[in-house]
Amino acid sequence: MGLLSDPHCRRALSRLVLRLNTPLCVLSYVAGLGWFLALAFQPLAPRTYMSENAMGSTMVEEQFVFGERALSYAREFAGHKKKAGGMPVAWLEKTMWNLGLEVHKQPFSRTLPFPDETRERYMVKGTNVYGILRAPRAASTEALVLSVPCSEGPHNNQAVGLMLALASYFRGQIYWAKDIIFLVNEHDLLGMEAWLEAYHDVNITEVRSSGTLGRAGAIQAAIALELSSDVVTSFDVAVEGLNGQLPNLDLLNLFHAFCQKNGLLCTIQGKLQRSDWDSLPAYAHSLQTLLLMVLAQASGRPRGDHGLFLRYRIEAITLRGINSFRQYKYDMTTVGKTLEGMFRKLNNLLERLHQSYFFYLLPSLSRFVSIGVYMPAFGFLILVLILKISFWAEREGSVGRGEGGQGPSPPLPLPESRPGLLALVPPLLICHAAGLALYFLPVLGQRVATQHFPVSESEAVVLTVIAIYVAGMALPHNTHRVLAGGGGGSDRGWMTLKLLALLALALQLGCLALLNFSLGFLLAATMVPAAAAAAPTGPKPVLAALLVLATPAVTLLLAIFLQRELLEAPASAGEGWQLFLAALAEGLLQHHLYGSFLCPFLALGAYPCWLLFWNVLFWK
Amino acid sequence: VVEGLALLDLGVSPYSGAIFHETPLIIYLFHFLIEYAELVFMITDVLTAVALYLAIQDFNKVVFKKQKLLIELDKYAPDVAELIRTPMEMHYIPLKVALFYLLNPYTVMSCVAKSTCAINNTVIAFFILATIKGSAFLSAVFLALATYQSLYPLTLFAPALLYLLQRQFIPIKLKSKSFWLYTMQYAALYLCSLVVIICLSFFLLNSWDFIPSVYGFILSVPDLTPNIGLFWYFFAEMFEHFSLFFVCVFQINVFFYTIPLAIKLKEHPMFFMFVQIAIISIFKSYPTVGDIALYMAFLPVWSHLYRFLRNIFILSCVLIVCSLLFPVLWHLWIYAGSANSNFYYAITLTFNIGQILLISDYFYAFLRREYYLTHGLHLTRPDGTEAMLVLK
Repeated sequence: MGLLSDPHCRRALSRLVLRLNTPLCVLSYVAGLGWFLALAFQPLAPRTYMSENAMGSTMVEEQFVFGERALSYAREFAGHKKKAGGMPVAWLEKTMWNLGLEVHKQPFSRTLPFPDETRERYMVKGTNVYGILRAPRAASTEALVLSVPCSEGPHNNQAVGLMLALASYFRGQIYWAKDIIFLVNEHDLLGMEAWLEAYHDVNITEVRSSGTLGRAGAIQAAIALELSSDVVTSFDVAVEGLNGQLPNLDLLNLFHAFCQKNGLLCTIQGKLQRSDWDSLPAYAHSLQTLLLMVLAQASGRPRGDHGLFLRYRIEAITLRGINSFRQYKYDMTTVGKTLEGMFRKLNNLLERLHQSYFFYLLPSLSRFVSIGVYMPAFGFLILVLILKISFWAEREGSVGRGEGGQGPSPPLPLPESRPGLLALVPPLLICHAAGLALYFLPVLGQRVATQHFPVSESEAVVLTVIAIYVAGMALPHNTHRVLAGGGGGSDRGWMTLKLLALLALALQLGCLALLNFSLGFLLAATMVPAAAAAAPTGPKPVLAALLVLATPAVTLLLAIFLQRELLEAPASAGEGWQLFLAALAEGLLQHHLYGSFLCPFLALGAYPCWLLFWNVLFWK
Repeated sequence: VVEGLALLDLGVSPYSGAIFHETPLIIYLFHFLIEYAELVFMITDVLTAVALYLAIQDFNKVVFKKQKLLIELDKYAPDVAELIRTPMEMHYIPLKVALFYLLNPYTVMSCVAKSTCAINNTVIAFFILATIKGSAFLSAVFLALATYQSLYPLTLFAPALLYLLQRQFIPIKLKSKSFWLYTMQYAALYLCSLVVIICLSFFLLNSWDFIPSVYGFILSVPDLTPNIGLFWYFFAEMFEHFSLFFVCVFQINVFFYTIPLAIKLKEHPMFFMFVQIAIISIFKSYPTVGDIALYMAFLPVWSHLYRFLRNIFILSCVLIVCSLLFPVLWHLWIYAGSANSNFYYAITLTFNIGQILLISDYFYAFLRREYYLTHGLHLTRPDGTEAMLVLK
């Protein structure tokens, strides 16, 4: 108990904390940001490597030659899709049956909480069609999934074609140890969620679908494919899943290895790797890639259909074929060979992928940053909060009681020793009530809103969100004056409130960083300076501006602008605002449809905490 | 419990499956009350709170009388006026104790989860009430019930005995005849009630099956489902032939502190009771948050020690952080598959260390206050400079 009970050591530590607090905080914050920026420096990040022994090398002899067949299937699918005006269920069933697969279809329906403007849907009905290729000599205990979305218009036809060609090729091989499920899902994520829920016999969201389906055992890995052109110039891989969950790094390594073997160009975040790594443009490039990944992970949106598999502990990635203006093009056969290689390697798996990292950041496709390396950046930011907490705790201890020779002993605030503490309860209640209102009212109150204002439902929801958010800032902050009669007790009041708010913020960010590091880091980087500096004493306009800049909504807006900058398609102010409104609607929809926790966390956790700091700022 | 009831209805011994490890009295209690399960658990929590309220009310009176006696006997140093407790500050303590228990998030969680720990807590609360009221018979009966349900309240025999001896003004000297006489009486009452309850259980189910299932289970820790205790990880990692040795070591740890604490705290049996309950809830083989809620309910009784507590802020932060991280890391381990048991056990370790430091902090603060009461607040070294009390 040396450090905690030895009085001399304690006194030295508390003196250090009290005197050097601001310089230490600034240093810690700068160190945190600097550490994060240093993550993008390529030589510091280790190369990716294959950890799983069973998936060792890329030594398979791919013999897929049905590129032309894939294209003809694609054209047939496109024709039938246009004729059916949606998913050509009967044609798909017949084709898969002729290929020798065990075909099942799953109708599903879902009514969205409010109409989705970007995809123009409200009451969704669809059908998923999937065929199971049973392994010839195995017991059907494990399965792999190749999923292809059925999208409107001319998109993803070639993906369906390639999938069918692969199915016909795979059917003729005898080495499959796991069943392979070829899934065509309608309405992208909605259909995928319906299929996954029915497959695992759970009911997490309120999708209504038919009951028992043909099953093939526990799914070990899944690949979602999106191809919209006859030839591709490169393949883009997307890893971020729902709530920022990432697949095992080995799956990415597998993809990278096979792309290199077959000579396919592969990109991540749409960016190609640069071979020179010690120049400034290369550093900027890898920083761009890293930031894009952080922003994508922080939003908690799945970047492809694979994102929903991760929740069920199924490793999955999405592969997108890109047809750009490069000269060298790859045909379907090469793509098919790559996929064949990947599936054959996945077939060799003895157990679920667990050897490699689950938490990582990717500055490029061949370099990764593991959790042990990127967590200290977040640790430094939380250190700022901890320094501030100990500062305020020590200040309170010494302001409260003048101890003789025993050193400061910060007491736990209990009613009998702190009569002014009751003044803190109203601000806490009001802030949390505002958070609850922000979470519940928009969707529940959209009917009322559309009756009284000439807006559509989704606009009503988004505008209600913004209205409640801004209204929270204007709520009465002077309840303490009514209760405690102002004067002497109020100084202690705002200090204790700030202490509680700092504690709440540190706790929330800490728990969040474990679940979704990018979101935790982003919120910490923006909220920590404003939270640490908020006080009723000091230049109020400056602090108020800083606090407004730190609020989660403004962070979202700035993040949208930053993302468009990084994608080299900068958005103007009006466009950015439209994107912001769309993002708000999307966030709410994702929460209700797939169970994303970004929306409830911001509404019930980050926003009340921020409102507490706003209260502290306007205490006097 | 539901499984046990199902097996009982089928006419098979409830202990033949591997899940049911509660005592026969519990199973018969729930046989009649299973439809009202939520109500039962709410009522048990309310009963515990009421019992604690009445117990602490009486205890405060005893404390105040003792303090008055010591002041009159001039046992206190002259400058300790600010350490003396007044009836005014002690007035709201029983209410706070009851509220601390009822409003504790751990109690609420326990009630919602319908954990039978709530019944344990009720029995222990009634035992404390009976002890403070001075009725040796009721105290022995409730202690026997508590021991019958989970083995560890056996260690509460010592503080209860010390308190009853103090109440009867029997000095605790090893040579005194009245001391041994009273001890024998109390022990006899306790053992007889325990034997009666065990025999009653035997007649309820017509077999001795419940003894290995209940007590053997508690002592030999066969089920290694992760919980907030310290046992499961060790025994999951350990080799088979060492497990007996380590089981003995871990179990002795619970009972080990009773004698030294009894020697040190023989003048303050209620504090001893508090520390003992805390030690049971930290070191028992299958702790739950309901056990923690019980000893935390006593914290307002020692609120006069706040000025001597050194680390209460850090420790309460540690406990809150760990309680919040428990579900996060459980989710990451079991549902997301990204973490593993090491993460969860790290939080378990930190949580238990936080609790241990909390108890030792209170212990140190208590002893410091006693020292100051008898030696004065401003301590001076022999050469006249100011001295400070340090725990070595």
